[in-house]
Amino acid sequence: MKRHGLTITGAVAAVTLVMTAILGIAITPPDVTQKEYARFLYLHPPMAWVAYLAFGVAALSSILYLWPRTRRPYFDHLALAAVESGVLFTGLVLVTGSMWAEPVWGTYWVWDARLTATALMFVMFLGYLALRRMGGTTEQIARRAAIVALISSINVPLVHFSVLWWNTLHQGPSVLTPGLSSQGVHGAMAWTMLLSFVAFTCLFVWMVGRRIRLEQLRSGVGNTVLNDAIAARLAEGDVVGVSA
Amino acid sequence: MLRDAWAIFMKDLRIELRTRVGLWQVLPFAAISLILFSFALGPKAQILAKGAAGMTWVGVLFATFLVVGRSQALERGTGVSEAQRLAGVDPAGMFLGKSAAVSVQLLAIELLLGIGAKLLLHMPIERIWLLVVSSVLATVGLAAVGTLYGALVAGARARETLLPMLVLPVLVPVLISAVRCWQAASVVSGLAVGEWLSILATFAVVYLAAGIILYGQVQESQ
Repeated sequence: MKRHGLTITGAVAAVTLVMTAILGIAITPPDVTQKEYARFLYLHPPMAWVAYLAFGVAALSSILYLWPRTRRPYFDHLALAAVESGVLFTGLVLVTGSMWAEPVWGTYWVWDARLTATALMFVMFLGYLALRRMGGTTEQIARRAAIVALISSINVPLVHFSVLWWNTLHQGPSVLTPGLSSQGVHGAMAWTMLLSFVAFTCLFVWMVGRRIRLEQLRSGVGNTVLNDAIAARLAEGDVVGVSA
Repeated sequence: MLRDAWAIFMKDLRIELRTRVGLWQVLPFAAISLILFSFALGPKAQILAKGAAGMTWVGVLFATFLVVGRSQALERGTGVSEAQRLAGVDPAGMFLGKSAAVSVQLLAIELLLGIGAKLLLHMPIERIWLLVVSSVLATVGLAAVGTLYGALVAGARARETLLPMLVLPVLVPVLISAVRCWQAASVVSGLAVGEWLSILATFAVVYLAAGIILYGQVQESQ
């Protein structure tokens, strides 16, 4: 993405996040049953959506990196940026979910299918980040990381169904069902929630774009340092050769 | 591919039969883990019987790391990987051969732990066919994932700590499904197992396919 496009996305994210905060805190009414805790609706589901989006992007970019015809460092940078954002948002999903669950369900944590699957997804992608810090050449790290991202993404549906059949307590989907109003989310609350989805998606795109740029600069600096070191060693060889 | 797989399978098993690392290290470890779980739950037969399937499969998971670590250590000898590449060993065949060898060792461990669960933890066994089918499916999945990840981290620093961190969350569907199948096998009827067997079968097929496709890339990343 071009730099001015990223700046515009960041600005849209900032504006929509502020609008979501104002609408979510001051304009929308409290829920009949969940009272003020229903305001987590403007944080928790959009964060969960962004987390899944991030891991989807990571899986797709990892496939593109592993495929020889499309292998470019950009896809490795994209996967890294997406996973880092995904891990952040998954962590926030778990935290906000627990904060909501304590007053509503009466406990911070239950071994519910979606909670458990999300926690496992969090750990799986933490493993991806750990793997990247375990040494090797840039090429080795990128290739290993792409394989792990791909395998972890394949595993998400298997984990989901296994823990779903194991135990489930979670409420049904809030948004991805026909007839939004029939789910109890309606009027100003529904529009605020949809705005929050736009806001967090823009925030994710902006974060990923910035992180890719940072990684490109970092690898550029690494290459410069390496080239300078090689040039210095070659120069030493010249000096030794002349003196000999 | 299958000829290479057979050669690697026989090579790994032959080394294990000669060195007996599995017999003297992995099997005692699996057995002691079962006994330790019993200490944690207490001596009441009813509680032990209820948790027997879960304790057995957690023990199998722990043993998987030892077996996979040993399997990958065989490839880290001086010049081994270079020799295999020069010999033109197909990566997919190598993956299948190593997975099969790991599977055989894990099945032996499961047999021992199953006997331990029956004798020490008083686990009732009513449907032995279900125990066998679910164990084979789960073992193939464990071996495929273990072999794939074991090779992936073989060249990394701190691979001993990295491997469990990467593999344990991936193996959760196998753990849940295998435990449920073993629990169902301890009653005459009543507990449905179709879903759990389908998860085990899907897991095994998906990770065998992933290993066959990706093992070449894994080797190149070492």
